[in-house]
Amino acid sequence: MGLISSTHSISRYHIEGKIEGSAAEEVRNGLIAYSIPKIESEFDALSAGWTPFESPYNPDFDKFSIQFGAYFLFSLRVDKKSIPTRLIQKYMAIEIEKKMEKSGRQFISKNEKTEIKEMIIDLLMHKIPAVPSIYEVLWNYEEQTLYLFSTQKAANELFETIFLKSFKLKPVRLFPYTLVETKSVFSNSDKDRILSLTPLKYTR
Amino acid sequence: MLDIAAAYNKYKFLGNDFLTWIWFSIETQKNFSDLLGSKDVITLEIGNSIVLENQLGDKSKEKITIKGDEAGLEEGTTALKKGAWVTQINLMCKINEDEYKFTIKGESYNITGLKTPKTDLSKTGDEIEGLVLEKAFFCLKIYEVIDTLFLKYLEQRVSDNWNHKGLQEIKNWIVSF
Repeated sequence: MGLISSTHSISRYHIEGKIEGSAAEEVRNGLIAYSIPKIESEFDALSAGWTPFESPYNPDFDKFSIQFGAYFLFSLRVDKKSIPTRLIQKYMAIEIEKKMEKSGRQFISKNEKTEIKEMIIDLLMHKIPAVPSIYEVLWNYEEQTLYLFSTQKAANELFETIFLKSFKLKPVRLFPYTLVETKSVFSNSDKDRILSLTPLKYTR
Repeated sequence: MLDIAAAYNKYKFLGNDFLTWIWFSIETQKNFSDLLGSKDVITLEIGNSIVLENQLGDKSKEKITIKGDEAGLEEGTTALKKGAWVTQINLMCKINEDEYKFTIKGESYNITGLKTPKTDLSKTGDEIEGLVLEKAFFCLKIYEVIDTLFLKYLEQRVSDNWNHKGLQEIKNWIVSF
């Protein structure tokens, strides 16, 4: 659902503030500082960071441009490991049987089950590869507007956190209220009138 | 500015009221080019889905979803009569010869399933920058139309004759079904 795909899902942000100094340089530095690691960590269930738009699997900002006309364009990559519940159940059953056989008991305690589950999740987490998701970010720096090609809550929240860390600028989601506050040219009195509106009742 | 989460909940009705007004404007054949003050020929049509919600007496809600390319909207108009409002709508927007299809949600203003006009540029080599800029132009164009309409709608809502004219016209439209 990215920028150059046939359909798009988009959420928008107003970016509060401006960067001191050269925006192009500082944005590039922020992207490099919070780029996704080249080597996947076998311990992390979730890893997220920036990658160039043209190179989502090799976060090399020296090789690929982030400037496209008046925009900065890059991607947020989220690598997530998720272990299917049925896989955990399968290994749990095998381990529980082994443990009962070894101890000669007919049951195992709740605590033992929890320990086994943790051990299995830990083991599988190391073995399972992370699945990457790519969300493109189109930023009109001068207009302080940014388009994230995702409407998924988790992706939006990750984006907001990483963006703030990377550029020290706060992304504010654009929805009816923030649109009035940040993108309209209403006078203060009109804004006050808008903000005192209540839901319409159409029935007589 | 208010706390963002609180403001989102407090003012989500503005987006829903706006989408209801868009439906009304389409059905009563308002001239969108005039409304937007645009030289382009801009038309809007209801697409293949519309979702309405109705707050029931207690904390529960009634949700009415109408889907399908040729779906009748009778259930939707009945829901409006019962006091529902539009929370999500699929629209077809034509700007001159360019056609856009998308779904917009009132409370979040998120756009999903946006189909922009076709482009001949390729995803590889030298044409990538041109493709990106063209796609960006299309995506931003639709927001420009929707934002301008939203702000025009708010202008009407806070105008002195809203209760006598704007709201009354919507009420008349609803009872006309």
